[in-house]
Amino acid sequence: MRRGPSAFNVAAVVAGLAFLYAPIVILVIYSFNASRLVTVWGGFSTRWYTALFQDAQMLDAVWVTLRVGVLSATLATLLGTLAAVALVRGGFRGRTALAGGIYATLVMPEVILGLSLLLLFVAVGLPRGFWTVTLSHATLTLAYATVVVQARLATFDRHLEEAAQDLGCPPWKAFVLVTLPGIAPAVAAAWMLAFTLSLDDLVIASFTSGPGATTLPMRLYSQVRLGVDPKINAVSTLLIGLVATGVIAAYLVQQRGRRRAVQER
Amino acid sequence: MRRGRSGLAAILPVLWLALFFAFPFMLVAKLSLSDTALAMPPYAPRIDWSQGLAGVRAFLAGLDGETYGRLTQDRLYLDAYLSSLRIAGTGTVLLLLIGYPIAYGISRFSPAVRQALVMAVILPFWTSFLIRIYAWIAILKPAGVLNAGLAALGLPPVDILNTETAVLLGLVYAYLPFMVLPLYAVLEKQDQSLIEAAQDLGATPLSAFWRVTFPLSIPGAAAGALLCFIPMAGEFVIPDLLGGSETLMLGKVIWTEFFANRDWPAASAVAIVLLATLIAPILLFERQQAKVLRS
Repeated sequence: MRRGPSAFNVAAVVAGLAFLYAPIVILVIYSFNASRLVTVWGGFSTRWYTALFQDAQMLDAVWVTLRVGVLSATLATLLGTLAAVALVRGGFRGRTALAGGIYATLVMPEVILGLSLLLLFVAVGLPRGFWTVTLSHATLTLAYATVVVQARLATFDRHLEEAAQDLGCPPWKAFVLVTLPGIAPAVAAAWMLAFTLSLDDLVIASFTSGPGATTLPMRLYSQVRLGVDPKINAVSTLLIGLVATGVIAAYLVQQRGRRRAVQER
Repeated sequence: MRRGRSGLAAILPVLWLALFFAFPFMLVAKLSLSDTALAMPPYAPRIDWSQGLAGVRAFLAGLDGETYGRLTQDRLYLDAYLSSLRIAGTGTVLLLLIGYPIAYGISRFSPAVRQALVMAVILPFWTSFLIRIYAWIAILKPAGVLNAGLAALGLPPVDILNTETAVLLGLVYAYLPFMVLPLYAVLEKQDQSLIEAAQDLGATPLSAFWRVTFPLSIPGAAAGALLCFIPMAGEFVIPDLLGGSETLMLGKVIWTEFFANRDWPAASAVAIVLLATLIAPILLFERQQAKVLRS
């Protein structure tokens, strides 16, 4: 029998979570501060939100970021699912190379990725802008998508797909009809993760973007360098709300899928 | 029989990574050996394909280590290199010390609570990294939340923004989930009967922890340490926003050489040096992940 948590265990977990959440909570609170100063509470106000929605440049950056995020996450999820299938099931020769590339991307410092991708685009003469950022983000997030799908696929019962094949179903069709619905929650989670990472990336976007394709993190970064602007708190709070809703929804969907999987067994 | 077919799924991802991941590194290596010229490409030497093999030979002869030579002459690069490794190393040790009790604590709860706690650890990671670091500026600045809190308690103010302390704080904050999760993964799977056996044989809870639980959790600690150390060594945003001009790190040097000095060959040479330093930890990380995948 596992003994319950001791007082020390509880304290460690509570302190850890407090450390992780305190800055976010402070940021959200101050996004509703009427005063411009961080330490002075000037009463509740939504003036920074109003100011935010009048900031055309900021809204433009949000639009670019969302488009880059959706496209690159979709690309990354497609490629990542293929890579996961190959890694979990393939006995092919390039397996080590593929796994190597995936894990190297995962830990590679972003400045190195950004610089190398920029040199690629310059070398092939692709003008920097929306598409170069999208391709770069797909490359970055492909590794994360692979890891998420791979984890689910490794525990997926392969016999179901084999049974379908034994009944005369072509392999690709068996995969699409049997395995894909089974791993769908993981694929959705992979897309969400890829999307969030793309939404979040400053370094790679800065290297590979061009005029007319300023993403939200790039915009925020230039604002932050100019000093603390309460509008940033407002846009951050909206982003946090959006992402938290998405993640919790994805988590619930995945839990339901898992529960159903357990019931079927 | 069916194994061979699954290999086909690898074609697209392998091609993608070859084009967008492996090939660009060669371009970085080439540029680091090219002549220095401000900003815009093309950089000499270039391959003259019309001359065939002679063109390639002339290209190779034109490459030189002049840029690397420049790096050794300026103290700044060596300082940045050493402080990158020192800061990433200190950060990793701090993360182990802070992350371990948290991961261990989570593993002691009942399964349902554990799952919710893991979710709670992951959730901040989904919110913008840049914004979370930005939040620390508001906390740490001289007239910020931290000093307001200290003043309320009658304590003297601290001024740590734009110091290495702030950078370490930011690193620990941003990378904590990456340390807690691999540690938790091994601690959660641990067989409790081993601890009970040790205690039945007369071990105190503390010595049972040190002689059973801790040694068994080393693979998780190693995975977490590598997962944090490697990207932290090349970190840009945290030293830039929290470290001020005093804190030198390689990620920042690459950024400055590229964006401010517009010296692409120097940025490439620094990137290659960083990559060469990180290649061993990266390979170690890959070996470990491969082991996890097999089990």
